[in-house]
Amino acid sequence: MMADDPVDSRSRRIRARNRALLLVLLGLVALFYALTIVRMSGG
Amino acid sequence: MSERSTAAIAPNLSTLGGAAVGDYVQILKPRVMSLVVFTGVVGLVVAPGHLHPFLAAVAILCIAIGAGASGAINMWYDRDIDRVMRRTASRPLPTGRMLPGEALGFGCVLAVGSVAVMGIAVNWVAAELLALTIAFYVFVYTIWLKRRTPQNIVIGGAAGALPPLIGWAAVTGDVGWGAIALFAIIFFWTPPHFWALSLYKADEYASAGIPMLPVVAGERETKRQMLLYTLVLWPVTAAPWLLGIAGPLYAAGAGGFSLLFTLAALRVWRDDTHRSARQMFAFSLAYLFLIFTLLLVDHGIEYAVGGGR
Repeated sequence: MMADDPVDSRSRRIRARNRALLLVLLGLVALFYALTIVRMSGG
Repeated sequence: MSERSTAAIAPNLSTLGGAAVGDYVQILKPRVMSLVVFTGVVGLVVAPGHLHPFLAAVAILCIAIGAGASGAINMWYDRDIDRVMRRTASRPLPTGRMLPGEALGFGCVLAVGSVAVMGIAVNWVAAELLALTIAFYVFVYTIWLKRRTPQNIVIGGAAGALPPLIGWAAVTGDVGWGAIALFAIIFFWTPPHFWALSLYKADEYASAGIPMLPVVAGERETKRQMLLYTLVLWPVTAAPWLLGIAGPLYAAGAGGFSLLFTLAALRVWRDDTHRSARQMFAFSLAYLFLIFTLLLVDHGIEYAVGGGR
């Protein structure tokens, strides 16, 4: 069995991190949108 | 880029900033976070008043992220001693999977973000308490006390005891006696909980140069103090009932669990092996969980029968 190329392995980890960061940013957008709605409705 | 130049930089690239998503999750100390979140939820639920469910969820999220930020900064500062101790040697920083700057930056961003969102979304009293919790854990416990005094977890335990206050303040906008009672329960529970662990991990703490009580004062003195703290927990856990934020069901249950906790400490006192200390450490986690669950159940019953404190 061939060992993982360290550069490939690092690239994979960074891609996964970027995807996770995208999800976090989208989550923040949704959070602030919902917060605004709740605040405007007197919550 | 040519193949030769790629090969030349490959060894550096493979270690530089290559932490996986799981490593970022791990430095948030998810297990500690779960207990913090649970006690924060209880503070939020038993506090008098009402908070919009979405804002309550945001408050809990901020408490969780703030706790995670404290954990990340703690792992950044303690990376030298984490390398020495078996229990912590496989963490992302000691193993080199994550760079120190990554952990510190991650922790700081989360700390500032969680406090800011708490302030904007919920209220600034809760945000200030969250900031105090993070600062206390990082500066007072991690940087100042942990490596200097056997009272490290006694005073530093205040940071772990603050989340119910944050939950309470998220609802009421201030800190009442009920919140202080919840704080006191965790504050006086922390020493016997950590000393039970440090009894059977004393050699690791000693090799890392951390002056935990069994290392500095010996096992006998540690066991004596553990027993005393479990006795102090009797009146302290009764406080929510005496203050009227919990009913007789809670009082009876808390009394029973405190009796079991004291009996566990007595077993540790009599036992020359570390078996009972391991059992007491496991029971201490269950004890805190059960006491706070009782508060929730008692509050739920009170609410269901129409009292709605």
